Amino acid sequence: MNVMVTDPVQQGADDGRISDEVILKVDNISLSFGGVKAIQNVSFDVKRGEVRAIIGPNGAGKTSMLNCINGFYHPQQGTITYKGTARKQMKPHIAATQGIARTFQNVALFRGMSTLDNIMSGRTLKMKANLFWQMLRTGPAENEEIEHRKFVEKIIDFLEIQDIRRTPVGRLPYGLQKRVELGRALTMEPTLLLLDEPMAGMNLEEKRDMSRFIIDANEQLGTTVALIEHDMGVVMDLSDRVLVLDHGQMIADGTPDEVQANQAVIDAYLGVAHE
Amino acid sequence: MFYREVGDLKTTYRSDQQVLTITQERYAIFALLAFMYAVVPFIADDFWLNTVIIPALIFSLAALGLNILVGYAGLISLGTGGFMGVGAYACYKLTTIFPDVNIVFHILASGFFAAAVGVLFGLPSLRIKGFYLAVATLASQFFLEWAFGRIAWLYNYNDSGAIDAVNRSLGGFALTEPYGDTKFQYLVTLTIVVFLTLIAINILRGRFGRSWMAIRDMDIAAELIGIRLLPSKLLAFAISSYYCGVAGAMLVFLSLGSAEVESFDILNASFPVLFMVIIGGLGSIIGSFLGAGFIVVLPIIISTVPRFFEIDINSATVEHFRFMIVGALIIFFLIVEPAGLARLWQITREKLRLWPFPN
Ligand SMILES: Nc1ncnc2c1ncn2[C@@H]1O[C@H](COP(=O)(O)OP(=O)(O)O)[C@@H](O)[C@H]1O
Ligand SMILES: [Mg+2]
Repeated sequence: MNVMVTDPVQQGADDGRISDEVILKVDNISLSFGGVKAIQNVSFDVKRGEVRAIIGPNGAGKTSMLNCINGFYHPQQGTITYKGTARKQMKPHIAATQGIARTFQNVALFRGMSTLDNIMSGRTLKMKANLFWQMLRTGPAENEEIEHRKFVEKIIDFLEIQDIRRTPVGRLPYGLQKRVELGRALTMEPTLLLLDEPMAGMNLEEKRDMSRFIIDANEQLGTTVALIEHDMGVVMDLSDRVLVLDHGQMIADGTPDEVQANQAVIDAYLGVAHE
Repeated sequence: MFYREVGDLKTTYRSDQQVLTITQERYAIFALLAFMYAVVPFIADDFWLNTVIIPALIFSLAALGLNILVGYAGLISLGTGGFMGVGAYACYKLTTIFPDVNIVFHILASGFFAAAVGVLFGLPSLRIKGFYLAVATLASQFFLEWAFGRIAWLYNYNDSGAIDAVNRSLGGFALTEPYGDTKFQYLVTLTIVVFLTLIAINILRGRFGRSWMAIRDMDIAAELIGIRLLPSKLLAFAISSYYCGVAGAMLVFLSLGSAEVESFDILNASFPVLFMVIIGGLGSIIGSFLGAGFIVVLPIIISTVPRFFEIDINSATVEHFRFMIVGALIIFFLIVEPAGLARLWQITREKLRLWPFPN
């Protein structure tokens, strides 16, 4: 079951990464599309510094939950409190300005752009030089481009994708695309990183690399992570707490060990074909 | 082989981010510019300058403008002719109201009027995309054509109902068509085009260019990294229309001399410029030039090649052939190679970049 090569006690144990501050609190969220109830009365929270997993069978409402958190979907009921501010709705670009970054279940990269440009685009919000300087490409425009390039190169080194810098991402294999997408999200220096099945469709080796990047982002960069993942081994190793959804309802919430022992979870999820 | 990247290492991000990172390419562009400035005026006669080179340069600018919108920001427009017309009529009004202000200044200023109109007609782009946006911009085209033909104030109540020739000079020399010297018009056209192309390159490789491409490729993800769709799209419309407007003004004052509504209608402006972009290459600056050159030169080739083989060909046949060839190429490029002529250049370039290593 274990796919991790990292020290097995490292995650899960409270090693001072996790603060008591609740950075995200979801209260009684309900979301439906016509007759389809995607999410029904779900509540949970995420503490600053932790890795929070959301699991559940296909169609359980996991992606919809992330979409509510960063403003793509507007739940009909309930509130979401992020960094102390409660709200019913928010716009995606505002979520971005407040430090929420995201990757998608089906890679959502900018296919016509190179790896470098994709990751550079993650710095958009931090770039300020106005159109005048952009037209001349000197002074502030050039300086800030270089300054952000330096940061982007650190991310490129971190993700070990130096050799595909100039490659249009559309030509990259799937596993690398997922890595570039993580790079674009990390480049935003997010407070809260939402990952939607970051390891779907990857082989063992790729999963191991991706797990390492997520752990490093969490430990070294201090990023709070909420991730959806199907591979139970990965979930058990990476996450501090696990939320389990089924048919839009919350059926369990707790540490990996608690969740794994929960009968409702075993019935709904672990028992079925996923492992 | 002298053209290569291997061994041409960049040691700073500044040099790695230049417009042309490959040393040889930089020299090639300088050589081309030197050729355009110092050699072309002496080897090209007035016929070539008037019917091929100047129109090709002006349409390159319009194609570049449309390419910013279609190729980079992914927003389709059939209103190019209308935006070019706004530039032309604005320039005509400006230069008749302020005859003492230099015509080149007016040409550059007229683009701002086109930009404003472009933003106005770009507003629906937040809600609609693709086919529906094409129809909306087509509506703007019809509206503008109507305005150019019916609002007599725009053409100063001339009996001809059109923009008539005005005599304006630059630095003491007559410039505008038909009063100015063709070589002089060429040099001024070239300078404006080079200047505005440099600015476009700069904008496109900075954060605005990246934002447009991001919206083009995946608007949901673009929003998610903090790009606001409406302002970005409107900026694309503004800058694109600015370029089209300046091209329209140049077309009247540096090439045609006088102009009427037809000069800016769908068949004479909107479609040809769109074809230039598609054939040249969506999202490519070089492609805008290749496409414009191709579309402008094509009818001349069709009419001269048969004559070379002493086959009689009348002008109606030339038109038919032109439509057939352009039509076939559009279909070819749309289906097989959306990156257009520019892609052919790119493939060669990629091979050369790695030289001497194979692959
Ligand atoms: N945009 C949408 N329109 C209609 N139904 C949707 C939409 N997004 C999700 N759903 C529905 O909501 C339910 C939960 O979907 P999703 O959140 O994608 O599940 P998961 O990510 O857990 O597999 C599914 O029944 C799905 O069909
Ligand atoms: Mg999902």
